[in-house]
Amino acid sequence: MIDGLVFKAGGWLALALLALVAAALAVDAPFAVHMVIVAVACLTALWFAVSRADYGVAARGVLQSPADERVYDDDPIRWGVIATLFWGVAGMAAGLFIALQLAFPALNLNLEYTTFGRLRPLHTSAVIFAFGGNALIATSYYVVQRTCRARLAFPTLARFVFWGYQLFIVLAATGYLMGVTAAKEYAEPEWYVDLWLTIVWVAYLVVFVGTIVKRREPHIYVANWFYLSFIITIAMLHIVNNLALPASLLGSKSYAAFAGVQDALTQWWYGHNAVGFFLTAGFLAMMYYFVPKQAERPVYSYRLSILHFWSLIFLYIWAGPHHLHYTALPDWAQTLGMVFSIILWMPSWGGMINGLMTLNGAWDKIRTDPIIRMMVMALAFYGMSTFEGPMMSIKWVNSMSHYTDWTIGHVHSGALGWNGMITFACVYYLVPRLWGRPRLYSLRLVNWHFWLATVGIVFYAASMWVAGIMQGLMWREYGADGYLVYSFVESVAAMHPMYLIRAAGGAMYLAGFLIMVFNVWATLSGRVRAEKPMTETPYNAAADRPLAPVPAE
Amino acid sequence: MASEKAAKRFSHKRIERNVTLLGALALITVTIGGIVEIAPLFWIDNTVEKVDGMRPYTPLELAGRNIYMREGCYTCHSQMIRPFRDEVERYGHYSLAAESMYDHPFQWGSKRTGPDLARVGGRYSDEWHRAHLIDPRAVVPESIMPPYAFLAERDLKTGDMRGDLTALSRLGVPYSKASIAAANDDVKAQADPDAGGAAELQKRYPKAQVRDFDGDPARITEMDALVAYLQMLGTLVDVDKAAPQEQAAAPAPTAEKAP
Repeated sequence: MIDGLVFKAGGWLALALLALVAAALAVDAPFAVHMVIVAVACLTALWFAVSRADYGVAARGVLQSPADERVYDDDPIRWGVIATLFWGVAGMAAGLFIALQLAFPALNLNLEYTTFGRLRPLHTSAVIFAFGGNALIATSYYVVQRTCRARLAFPTLARFVFWGYQLFIVLAATGYLMGVTAAKEYAEPEWYVDLWLTIVWVAYLVVFVGTIVKRREPHIYVANWFYLSFIITIAMLHIVNNLALPASLLGSKSYAAFAGVQDALTQWWYGHNAVGFFLTAGFLAMMYYFVPKQAERPVYSYRLSILHFWSLIFLYIWAGPHHLHYTALPDWAQTLGMVFSIILWMPSWGGMINGLMTLNGAWDKIRTDPIIRMMVMALAFYGMSTFEGPMMSIKWVNSMSHYTDWTIGHVHSGALGWNGMITFACVYYLVPRLWGRPRLYSLRLVNWHFWLATVGIVFYAASMWVAGIMQGLMWREYGADGYLVYSFVESVAAMHPMYLIRAAGGAMYLAGFLIMVFNVWATLSGRVRAEKPMTETPYNAAADRPLAPVPAE
Repeated sequence: MASEKAAKRFSHKRIERNVTLLGALALITVTIGGIVEIAPLFWIDNTVEKVDGMRPYTPLELAGRNIYMREGCYTCHSQMIRPFRDEVERYGHYSLAAESMYDHPFQWGSKRTGPDLARVGGRYSDEWHRAHLIDPRAVVPESIMPPYAFLAERDLKTGDMRGDLTALSRLGVPYSKASIAAANDDVKAQADPDAGGAAELQKRYPKAQVRDFDGDPARITEMDALVAYLQMLGTLVDVDKAAPQEQAAAPAPTAEKAP
């Protein structure tokens, strides 16, 4: 029906006009800029709807049943992979820049748009939500189709999720540069951007669950449990933590619904579980599909996956108060948060063990396959940071580590080591398959990427450990005279060499990432590098199996 | 055996075959922790013990606080002094829950790249703050803080502050109708002593500091608002008065009557 097309085009036009009216009436400039961006997005959608209208699809109705059920719907995944790389470069470059600002404050450039305070949310949101989020959406679309043996449900909605999410990123990022922020860490987008993300996220849930409902397999594979819990929990956290009342419906400023202590705990309930569900459950889902595929081995233990799935999602939610030790939060809540954080160590390691032991019988691939090596390193860093986290949640440790750069180091060993490495491995796995290439352009470049990233993380984490412990000790150092030994600014000055080493580590990590971008670009353009294989180790398929348990005699 | 019977009655396979069940159980599992930890904070009385002196922000302070948030100051400065000897000696009395009861959102922070600011009010002169914000390294050579010279050059454009106060009062901040109606005038009254209205302002907002904060009496800039906010931080509550309340809750100390 052509009516549907007219309806759709008219809808985009109406939305664009509405946005332009809002821009004209806006009470502050950033809100006007954002409404113009929204209008441009609507007009782009209008143009695509009209110029590339598939009149056959329009005839099949609103749900647009896919044309060919025999092949998977991989277009949004291809876009997602490219978006992951694009935002990854942007977010990590921003990170390197603000790291250098701490070493050389002149790099704030005397401009309001380039101060550390505005770029830091840009960095954190770009790497977590833009780089990580695109990787999660793309891989979840890939995994849910393969493990359900079904095409994506609601293909139009699936595309809306992708482009809607990019619009969310653009609005959030440009907002930070203009100073539009809710000033709650990792939940900085303002009220209208939050509302938009809620719509996109519900659409994402519908596409994901719809595909599971369509499945041709009786069981829902474990990776999908993790993806599902990640989508549901992020929806809950996002909505509750961002409850706010705008000062004007035509302005960007809003006031958080909760205040003081209650707001603090709501924020860290959100903040810690952005780590727990966005950066852990979602990425464990990636691990549960791509590690067994790349290793060509089944998941080590089905029971362990059940046990650690339920215990992980139950326990993570409790851990938020460890961000508020010794603050004005009631002591019982702090202690509860600490205890659950320590217990959380076990299910976290359950995931690591299940991932690592999946390599049983395929350990030799660490030598021959740099992608497997990245996966193993990712799991190793996951294990290390999920040990470090519970340790830092102990009040006695936290009294020294809180407010210091140790926290920054801890976050980055998880983000760079676990999230980054597993994403790189998944992208390397996906690219040849999605674009129908025999293999990546170069495996040796993957190896370079691996080592640059690994050494970069070591520089980063080690310098931040030293920096954090130095800060903690200098702030509490008393002389024999009973006075504090150091002024605050002496601790700032002492950080300079650490900040330089950290920036060097970050630069190495970014350099590795750029090598990956080149490698992917070369693969997409159909090139295959003639290179010596990584190893000449002979492969004996018959011997390549786990050792069966032998009963005692 | 009983456990085998139980295994027959319940099998995880049922959950794995039913996405509604899986989703519902996951949602229930992840809500429990939040309900147990967060919900009680809204009805347990001693979460926020009342102290004298707390009042909502004046419109100028609120505008300054909004600039503080806009510039991401919270990414490097905390506003939460922990009850340790070194922190109390460095920054002042540890922070009380009541002191952030009108903070939508809270700004306790998570990182001290710079020092804590919970009680920075009154510690430095307005001139110091102005010079430091314009060029931090002119005042503290080792500082790595970004310069904020543009604040002094830009007129304060708050929009209609009545909308801001209305939103906050709907969220439970006790702004009176008179306060909301006078919001825009109160901005001028606090930053410009010649504008008049200072007496009413201080009646509505006890301990409000009325003066030209940015050294440029001709106009009200963003610097006025930010310095007004910084200069009031931690000055409202008389923490020494709050102390006997804490001791009443603690076991009675042994009598110290010795000379």
